[in-house]
Amino acid sequence: MSPAAIEVRGLQKRFPGAPAAALDQLTTTMRAGTITGLVGPDGAGKTTFLRALAGLLSATAGEIRVLGLDPCAQSSELREQIGYMPQKFGLYEDLSVMENLTLYADLRNVVGAEREAAFQRLLAFTDLAAFTDRRAGKLSGGMKQKLGLACSLLGHPKVLLLDEPGVGVDPISRRELWKMVRTLSQDGMTVVWSTAYLDEAEQCDDVRMMADGQIKASGTPQELMAPMAGRCYQIAQLDDSPRSLLHRVLNAPEVIDGAIQGSQVRIVLREAGVFPDLERLGAGAQAVFKAVPARLEDAFISLLGGGPGGDSALAEVTQAKEPDPALDPEAIITAQNLCKRFGAFQATDDVSFKVARGEIFGLLGPNGAGKSTTFKMECGLLKPTSGQALVMGLDLEHSPSQARQKLGYMAQKFSLYGQLSVSQNLLFFAEIYGLGGDRQRFKVQQMVETFDLAPYLDSLAGDLPLGFKQRLALACAVMHEPQVLFLDEPTSGVDPVTRREFWNHIHGLANKGVTIIVTTHFMDEAEYCDRIGLVFRGRLIALGRPDDLKRGCATPERPDPTMEDAFIDLILEAER
Amino acid sequence: MSRISGRRLLALCRKESYQIVRDPSNILIAFVLPVMLLFLYGFAINLDVSLVRIGVLRLDDGPAAVSFEQQLQGTPAFEIHHGPSLQALQGSMARGEIRGLVVIQSDFSARWLHGRNAAIQVLTDGSEPNTANFVSSYVQGAWQKWQEARAGLADGRPVPGLELRPRAWYNPATVSRDYLVPGSIAVVMTVIGALLTSLVVAREWERGTMEALLATPVTAAELLLSKILPYYLLGMVAMVLCTGGAVLLMGVPFRGSFLVLAVSSTLFLGAALGFGLFLSTVLRNQFNAAQAALTAGFLPAMMLSGFVFEIGSMPWPLRLLTRLFPARYFTSSLQTLFQAGTVPSIILPNDLCLALLMVFWLTLTARKTTRTLD
Repeated sequence: MSPAAIEVRGLQKRFPGAPAAALDQLTTTMRAGTITGLVGPDGAGKTTFLRALAGLLSATAGEIRVLGLDPCAQSSELREQIGYMPQKFGLYEDLSVMENLTLYADLRNVVGAEREAAFQRLLAFTDLAAFTDRRAGKLSGGMKQKLGLACSLLGHPKVLLLDEPGVGVDPISRRELWKMVRTLSQDGMTVVWSTAYLDEAEQCDDVRMMADGQIKASGTPQELMAPMAGRCYQIAQLDDSPRSLLHRVLNAPEVIDGAIQGSQVRIVLREAGVFPDLERLGAGAQAVFKAVPARLEDAFISLLGGGPGGDSALAEVTQAKEPDPALDPEAIITAQNLCKRFGAFQATDDVSFKVARGEIFGLLGPNGAGKSTTFKMECGLLKPTSGQALVMGLDLEHSPSQARQKLGYMAQKFSLYGQLSVSQNLLFFAEIYGLGGDRQRFKVQQMVETFDLAPYLDSLAGDLPLGFKQRLALACAVMHEPQVLFLDEPTSGVDPVTRREFWNHIHGLANKGVTIIVTTHFMDEAEYCDRIGLVFRGRLIALGRPDDLKRGCATPERPDPTMEDAFIDLILEAER
Repeated sequence: MSRISGRRLLALCRKESYQIVRDPSNILIAFVLPVMLLFLYGFAINLDVSLVRIGVLRLDDGPAAVSFEQQLQGTPAFEIHHGPSLQALQGSMARGEIRGLVVIQSDFSARWLHGRNAAIQVLTDGSEPNTANFVSSYVQGAWQKWQEARAGLADGRPVPGLELRPRAWYNPATVSRDYLVPGSIAVVMTVIGALLTSLVVAREWERGTMEALLATPVTAAELLLSKILPYYLLGMVAMVLCTGGAVLLMGVPFRGSFLVLAVSSTLFLGAALGFGLFLSTVLRNQFNAAQAALTAGFLPAMMLSGFVFEIGSMPWPLRLLTRLFPARYFTSSLQTLFQAGTVPSIILPNDLCLALLMVFWLTLTARKTTRTLD
């Protein structure tokens, strides 16, 4: 066991005016030379914890020792020995790569021959040597992240604190970053890596699962996943669509969690060895259980008390609509050679696809790849430079508001009125969608019941916990019973249980014939979609069913590739 | 205050300078805005009246009445309009076609001849008080001159006694631009100083770079100085532009010492930048900080600096309030330096007050510049 580099005892942080403590009685130790993953949903306290370790926030109570120093009282000594990369990487966008490096080298007193050596090493390490004159603002997400890392590595820090370095970055860059950090920790550096992705945390030496300002579980990924042994299975060779099976499986008492994986359903059992009855679930005569390795996400969901079951209250209250015979059911949404140019920047380049009635279509890609641009052109918020976006045969760019009446849109960022209460937001959206009188009262009441908003009716929307904000946003988007639903990263930052709940709603609505486009950068969520389109550097580099995309890159050495493997292969292929 | 490392300070200043040069909005605020505002104030705000249209209604054909009307016509500030009736002229005034109306009653010549109270009636457009005052004082002037001339004629020799030869010192031609332009420089510099710096610290908070900076060995003093020095230089360049524009392009005379101007400007910029930095540091949001800088910087500089409205004629609570704003002292110093020259008894107290305000804002900002995010 290596010695402790970071020791925290009874750490508490309370912000003035906040109802709950941001950090509540944290006690933990992080060993020197290891990578510790801080994992949890937005608002769990990861960033606050990292800032406290960096001496950027003072503790309300408790004790912190980083390398034996108190981060606040002995900040000047400590700052010479730590590297910290904040969420937005801390780069000056109007400075070039070299100017950013020089600035941080000067600030950390890395000079002379030492500086030359450090620059050479870091530029080689991060592959940025060819871009030293480029402004940081013009770098891709992955390159920014590497430059941010390089800047925080100047001056040989012994402790490296990274705040969500993998968010929104393409999977290749994420893997490269991971390799770099692994190399650093092998050289003896202590790394704390915060993330919202459980698959990222799974690769850490040590994991702290955080929620509500507390550490809910600590241990190596293996330790944390140990209780899940023998409880994770895939149901393969299904007769029926996996979506309807999932719904039934999730309601079986033997199952605590489940998700779609391509054409299979992956489940987590409440108890090892106690299986649900496949026949009773109607999985089909061929269906079999196949043991699969446990994931950290399974452990986290189990820790949070299991998934939300399989029912979607929203789907239950949604009336299935008769398909419009005038419309081609295979092309409720179409993109025809969509191009969008912003100045010299080609945001979207010749993107074409069709989405059928009742289909869930996922747009997948790193930040800045063109997902949101495609999305916004499709729902008429952006005018394509060329090409055409149609929804139910209508071009939303010139169609009247009547056409928009048929679609629901949930924006990426919380776009409700934070200053209005929950009920005022609901009433407002009911009114702009033209619901009046009894119908309005009925729908608002229905949404309140469906999304369990009753306890929050009078709270300001801006003060809601993140999960409830997302619920309210979805409620406002579906209140007028749209036939087409656009969801832009509906689950980013929320905890895995809330994510499950959201997907229950999405599956349920699709079963009722609602056509859904969703963007995400969770790879596992891509598998919940019927079909996905991979967007990279403005182009649609692949389009198909998740299983087909994965199968396409299977090799003898890797017979069962993950979605991320497939994505990486497809990107590499597209770059060739 | 913590220790300062030359290397770190230099690195920060260099970074700040790159940012200034590469961000077009800085150039816009520092160079385009001052020139624009200066010309706007210099040419659009004009308190002189060059030509006023007035109506004259003469109801008397006697020689005295005719001669007085000629006197009015001879006044360069007036353009005379005639009308058929009082009602018609009153109508013109209501429509704003004329700004004043002089009525010469039908018994004017007879009364004048008999040495009885010959009177004229002057109606002015009170909706524009400034112009109304001009009309009435110019008519009074013409009336006085005419009386003197008539009295002289009557005796066959010029009227003895006092001869009034008004001479306005410091601004001999009483061109209002000459005192408005220096005042407007103070307004412009307030806007620049507060606006530039109100953005810079807030920007670092918003873009997340402040967090990264604070995690390095940077000290608060270095951080603060690196925000002041480059923007001070930028402000001084803007000051040179303003002064140059005023003197060379607008022909406003400068009678003081440039060294004294530089000292006063330095002290003023120190106070204005300090104020902007304070807002930026406390608000941590570019939009709010810029709003606050404009409201708390620009408006008082406009209203309470003595630039347009004389401080001496304000009620005492307002007079007291003006003492809080650096623009007041700077306006006074600039007006003195431009129009009168270096007058130590005015400049020195002003500079002292500016220095106090500078120390006040910078100390407050330094106290608020923390090494943590709480």
